[in-house]
Amino acid sequence: MMFLHRHRWLTPYLLLAPGLAFLAVFFLVPLGYLGKQSLETQNPIDFSYRFNWAWHNYADAVTTYHEQLLRSFAYAGIATVLALIVSYPLVYFIAFRGGRWKNVFLLFIIGPFFVTYLIRTLAWQNILADDGPVVGVFRDIGVLGESGRLIDTSVSVVAGITYNFLPFMALPLYVALEQIDPRLIEAAKDLYASSARAFLKVTLPLSLPGVVAGTLLTFIPAAGDFVNAQLLGTPRQYMIGNVIQSKFLELTDYPAAAALSFILMALIVVAVAAYARTVGTERL
Amino acid sequence: MTETLTREEALRRLLVGGAALTIPGLAPALAKAMAEADPNLGKTLTVSNWPLYIDVNEKTGKRPTIELFQKRYGVKVKYLEDINDNATFFGKIQAQLRRGQSIGRDIIVMTDNSPYPALIIANRWCEKLVKSKIPNVKNLQPALRSPGWDPKLEYHLPWQSGMTGIAYNAQKTKPITSIDQLLGDTKLRGKVTMLTEMADSIGSVMLANGDNPAKVTDATFNAALKRIEKAFKGGQIRKFTGNDYAQPLSKGTYWASLSWSGDIVQLQSSNPHLRWGIPKQGGMIWTDQMLIPAKGDAYTASVFMNYVYDPAIQAKIEAYVNYVCPVLGTKQALAKFDPAAAKNPLIFPTAATLKQVNLFDSKALFNADYKEKWQRLLGA
Repeated sequence: MMFLHRHRWLTPYLLLAPGLAFLAVFFLVPLGYLGKQSLETQNPIDFSYRFNWAWHNYADAVTTYHEQLLRSFAYAGIATVLALIVSYPLVYFIAFRGGRWKNVFLLFIIGPFFVTYLIRTLAWQNILADDGPVVGVFRDIGVLGESGRLIDTSVSVVAGITYNFLPFMALPLYVALEQIDPRLIEAAKDLYASSARAFLKVTLPLSLPGVVAGTLLTFIPAAGDFVNAQLLGTPRQYMIGNVIQSKFLELTDYPAAAALSFILMALIVVAVAAYARTVGTERL
Repeated sequence: MTETLTREEALRRLLVGGAALTIPGLAPALAKAMAEADPNLGKTLTVSNWPLYIDVNEKTGKRPTIELFQKRYGVKVKYLEDINDNATFFGKIQAQLRRGQSIGRDIIVMTDNSPYPALIIANRWCEKLVKSKIPNVKNLQPALRSPGWDPKLEYHLPWQSGMTGIAYNAQKTKPITSIDQLLGDTKLRGKVTMLTEMADSIGSVMLANGDNPAKVTDATFNAALKRIEKAFKGGQIRKFTGNDYAQPLSKGTYWASLSWSGDIVQLQSSNPHLRWGIPKQGGMIWTDQMLIPAKGDAYTASVFMNYVYDPAIQAKIEAYVNYVCPVLGTKQALAKFDPAAAKNPLIFPTAATLKQVNLFDSKALFNADYKEKWQRLLGA
């Protein structure tokens, strides 16, 4: 204790130590290892690896898999926007009109997520199946042609991602909207703002931190997702996550998989930084 | 001196005998236990196999064949169903194998139309069988006795074989009996799946092209690959699958799938409209091989292999799994309690059927160029 009294300045560092140690052990060390792995070359005969600064792994990965990389960002982007469009009105209703049912409504959003990710995605296989109810209705009303289908298309993959990441959008949005003092909106209306204007000038700006948090929490994992493309799509819909998982687990081509992981990470960091600059991080 | 000793000896024998006699039945049981309490047997045996690949008592959920082995040999068996896909399973164990570490298993089962059994043996990442403990090896189908990668059966024994052919839903389509039809019939557009295993898909198409899948050349490989690629890009082939074709095929989402013989027998119980057949121009055959990974208990594993090569035991497994049986004499043993299964041509194919199925060139499995081209088509 005496020691700490004399060296007060140490206290914050000591308090930080467990967190820093955790980051070092579970983030920096694996990351460094992954970095080393991405510069190795594999011997195809006995699957051993040799470190030889194989920077070409990165170039090879981009030339071979740029299609899947682009697709990942496109799908994740569309799914994030869709999730925002779906969840904003939903949580707006819960936050301002939910009354004493608020918690029940929230439970409806979270409820399905007590079932594991894989099972929920597999369920969509049946819901969207060619002989399933959804396709039947869509064919009857002419949205889909006679041989049209939903499962194994880009539509089903993007829908799956949107569905699976919706709560990550909805919950931060809810927190932001819930904290808005309704008297501010009343004040706006008292000052002759129309409902639409009050929303645009008061509610929307105040909910922006939720929008920012929600989009980041949705977009980042969605860009690396592979389960939806695997179960609801075909190789035509495969994302970069599918390539990485197959390289790591099936082809045991660790260097290529590690290089792809780094590229994905870098692209996400760039995208998020650009986004944060545009909307401003102080909103978070 | 000798007389007293003899008398003492005689007395002791009498006592032991008398004690045994007083509890009827103990003596033979004791004798049996003595005979089989082999000190070389390990305490436990860990087996990794594919799902639905051994008999299960539906009521108790226990596996009778495993239970009996445990009772008979006093070895506790840890039976894991953790192999779903050769490549994925190999990916999981290869790092330890490479470092010469134990993978915590005494028997693993991998398919010989993937490069892995040959690869594991070539790198000596497995233990030799203790052949003296496997007299039942005499029951192995002659056709399976000397594959190129282990011609003297030093490192492996077959578990089950299977055939690759076409399954279709008779409610949705007219019979699909050839690869030409599967890839060409426009009525099936978007309703067809092929297998992710290169040997199955490329091999079947090679046969349809009139080429020999047991002797792959660059020209025949590329011709088959192009044909599959064209059918995939054109939308005829919807997807490449492993076992996961099962559910959508039985639900009617897929109408025709390149698929494995035993799966369809099991699926027919949920959808009786499913049919399976070997394509007109020939199908593929493969065998799942038991291997003892390095540091595994070769002695106990060999005793287990000998046990499942007993036709009476094999018959119990066969009645449940419906794949092609590698053990001679099983048909007769099975006929005693399940005559229908004993007549099933998918379990005991006729000579005519066996003529229609082909092995895939094991050298082609190792060709890096083929492997990469195939993976590229699979999109990952």
